[in-house]
Amino acid sequence: MADAGAQTLQMSRDELRRAYRRMKTIRLFEERVEKEFAAGNIPGFAHVYIGQEASGVGICHDLTDEDYIGSTHRGHGHCIAKGCDVKGMMLEIMGKQGGLCNGKGGSMHIADLSKGMLGANAIVGGSPPIAVGAALTAKTKKNGRVSVAFSGDGASNQGTSFEAMNMAVVLNVPAIFVFENNGYGEHTAASYAVGAKSIAERAASFGLAAESVDGSDFFAVVEAMRAALERGRTACKPSVIETRCVRHMGHFIGDPQPYRSAEELAAARAIDCIENFRKRVRDVRLLDAAELDGIDSEVSAEIEEAVQAALAAPQPDISALEKDVYVRY
Amino acid sequence: MPKKSYRQAINEAIRGEMRRDPSVIVLGEDVAGGQGGTAGVGKVGNIFGVLAGLYDEFGPERVIDTPITESAIIGAAGGAAMTGLRPIAEIMFADFVGVCFDQIYNQAAKFRYMFGGKAKTPLVIRTTIGAGFRAGAQHSQTLHPLFTMVPGLKVVMPTNAYDAKGLMIEAIRDDDPVIYMESKLLYDVEDEVPDEAYRVPFGEANVVRQGKHVTVVGMGLMLARAQAVAQELAKAGIDCEVIDPRTTSPFDEETLLESVEKTGRLVIVDESPPRCGLAADIASIVAEKAFKALKAPIRKVTCPHTPVPFAPALEDEYMPNPRRIEAAIREVLA
Repeated sequence: MADAGAQTLQMSRDELRRAYRRMKTIRLFEERVEKEFAAGNIPGFAHVYIGQEASGVGICHDLTDEDYIGSTHRGHGHCIAKGCDVKGMMLEIMGKQGGLCNGKGGSMHIADLSKGMLGANAIVGGSPPIAVGAALTAKTKKNGRVSVAFSGDGASNQGTSFEAMNMAVVLNVPAIFVFENNGYGEHTAASYAVGAKSIAERAASFGLAAESVDGSDFFAVVEAMRAALERGRTACKPSVIETRCVRHMGHFIGDPQPYRSAEELAAARAIDCIENFRKRVRDVRLLDAAELDGIDSEVSAEIEEAVQAALAAPQPDISALEKDVYVRY
Repeated sequence: MPKKSYRQAINEAIRGEMRRDPSVIVLGEDVAGGQGGTAGVGKVGNIFGVLAGLYDEFGPERVIDTPITESAIIGAAGGAAMTGLRPIAEIMFADFVGVCFDQIYNQAAKFRYMFGGKAKTPLVIRTTIGAGFRAGAQHSQTLHPLFTMVPGLKVVMPTNAYDAKGLMIEAIRDDDPVIYMESKLLYDVEDEVPDEAYRVPFGEANVVRQGKHVTVVGMGLMLARAQAVAQELAKAGIDCEVIDPRTTSPFDEETLLESVEKTGRLVIVDESPPRCGLAADIASIVAEKAFKALKAPIRKVTCPHTPVPFAPALEDEYMPNPRRIEAAIREVLA
C-alpha cells in the first residue's frame, strides 16, 4: 500500500479532519441508532453501517453536492458521507416531522436531493438503474457531474445491476457502480451467493474499468475513486469499484447472527477502518490523537443534540397523509 | 382542420415538445433503430413507426436506443427524471412491464411521496395495449388496472388522435410519472388534429354521446366499439350516453356519477379480466356513490379470466365485442 500511503500525504489536514469526522459521525450515529432502537424510539427496523465507514466516506470524499449517489437499505452511512444533516436523518429515522423526508421515508428511504442523495433504497438492486439515469442527465446537460450507485454483494447478483452496467457502457454515461462486499447478503454469505470468484472481475466483463480494493482502507478507496472520477468527469465513462468490507453487526439491528461463528465475527470486528485511519494519520504525524479525540467529542455532542431534538419532535400531522400524491379518492 | 392518424398525432406531440424543451428525451428499444447496424440509424422510429423522423431531427443524444433491458430503461428514465430531464421511455408492449415493474411501482411512482414531497419525477412511459393483433398471450394484454391501482402513477388511455396529441403534451409537461397506453388497433385511425400544441387535461372525461336511457363507459379501443353499438341501438330507440374517461387515474368520478344519476343504468366495457379490473372499480364507485339512482344492476362487459388466446376465433370472442356489448345494454334496459 505504498501508493495509498503517498495519498495520505497528498491530503491536507483539513481534508483528513473532514474524512475522519464523517467516518466517526457514521460510527457514533449508528451506535446511537442501535441504542435508540433498543429503547423503542425507532419504529420498524434498521440496518447499520458499522465497520464499513471507510467505504462510503472514501467514495464520497471527492464528490460535491452536485454529484449524485443512490444508496441501499443500509444507507445511513452513505447519507452522512454525502453530507446529509444528521439531525434531519435522526428525525426521519424516528418518523418525525421535519425529517429529511418529512417522516414519510424512514430509515430505508432517506433522500436529500439538495445534497445529490437520490435515496436509500429498500429494494436490493434498486439503485443501479436509477444511477444510470442520473448519469444520463449529467451527460445530456454536459455538466461534468457523476452518479454513484452503492450496492452490496447481494445486489451485485441482481439482474438490474447487470442491466445497469451494460446500459452505462452502451450509453457512455458517467456512472460509478460501487459494490460494497461486506461478506453477507442478509443471512447468506457472499462466498455462497456470488457465483463468480470476484464481483469486480465479473463486472469487468461488461466492458468497463473495474477494480477491487480494501474497503477498510480509506485511502485505497479514495485512490480507486479518483481514477473512476477521472474516467467519469473527463471521458463520460462508467466504472466499477468493489470495496471489500466487513460487517461488524447483524443484517438488521437485533439480528442474533446464528449463521456466523464467534471466531469469524471476532475476526471481522478486529478489522476497524476507523482505527486504521487513526493509525495512518498518526504515523505520518498529520493529525495527533488529541485532535482526533477532540473531533470525537464534537461528533458525540452533535449526535446527542440530534437525538434529543428527534425525541422531542412530534410525528407528522395526520393531514400529511394524503399530501404529495396527486389525487385522493 | 387537417386529418391525422393516432400515430401521427403522438409523433407530432413528442416532436413539438422536444423542440420546445431540450430536457425532453426519448429512450427505449428501437426508438431510432439501426444502431450498430449496416444501413444507418433512425429508419425504424419505434416498432409501430410512432417515432418516425425523430432521430433525424434530434440525434442520438435525445433519441436513445437502449439494449432490450426494461429495468434499466425505466430505472434510467426515473433517475433522469428525478435529476432534471423529462424522459419519454418506451416499453414496447405493456406485457413486458413484468420485467421492470419494480422500477415503476416501487421506485418512480414513490419518489415524490416517499421523499416527503421534495422530489419530482416528470416521466412518461409509453406502451402499447390491446388484443386483436393476433400476437398471442404475451403481446396482447391491456394492463391499465395494474397501473391504476398504484398511487403516484397517472394512467392515460387515448381513444382518438385528437386526444392522443393533447394528452401526450399534457403527460410530458406533467411532473409525475405518467403511463401512456397506446391502443395498437387505433394507430391508423384518423381524426381532425390541429397543427399547434394544445393540452387535454387529465381527469376530465369526455361524454362522446349524450343519451338518457343508459350510461356506457368504454376505455381505449373499447370506446369505439361502445360508440358503434350505441349508434346501432339508436335506430331501435335506445338512447345511450357514452363516456370516455380518457384517464383511469386520475378518474373523473363526477361526470360518471352525473350521467348515472340521469340514466339510472350503467354498462362498463373494459378490455381486461373481470376481477379487480377497471370495470369492477367503476362499478364500485357507482354502487357506493349513486346506488339510489340505479334502476338495474350494473353490467360489466370484460374479457374472460383467461390469458389472451392466439386462434383468431378465440381472440375475437375474448375481447368485448359488439354482440356482447349490445346484449348487456339490452339486459339492463329489460
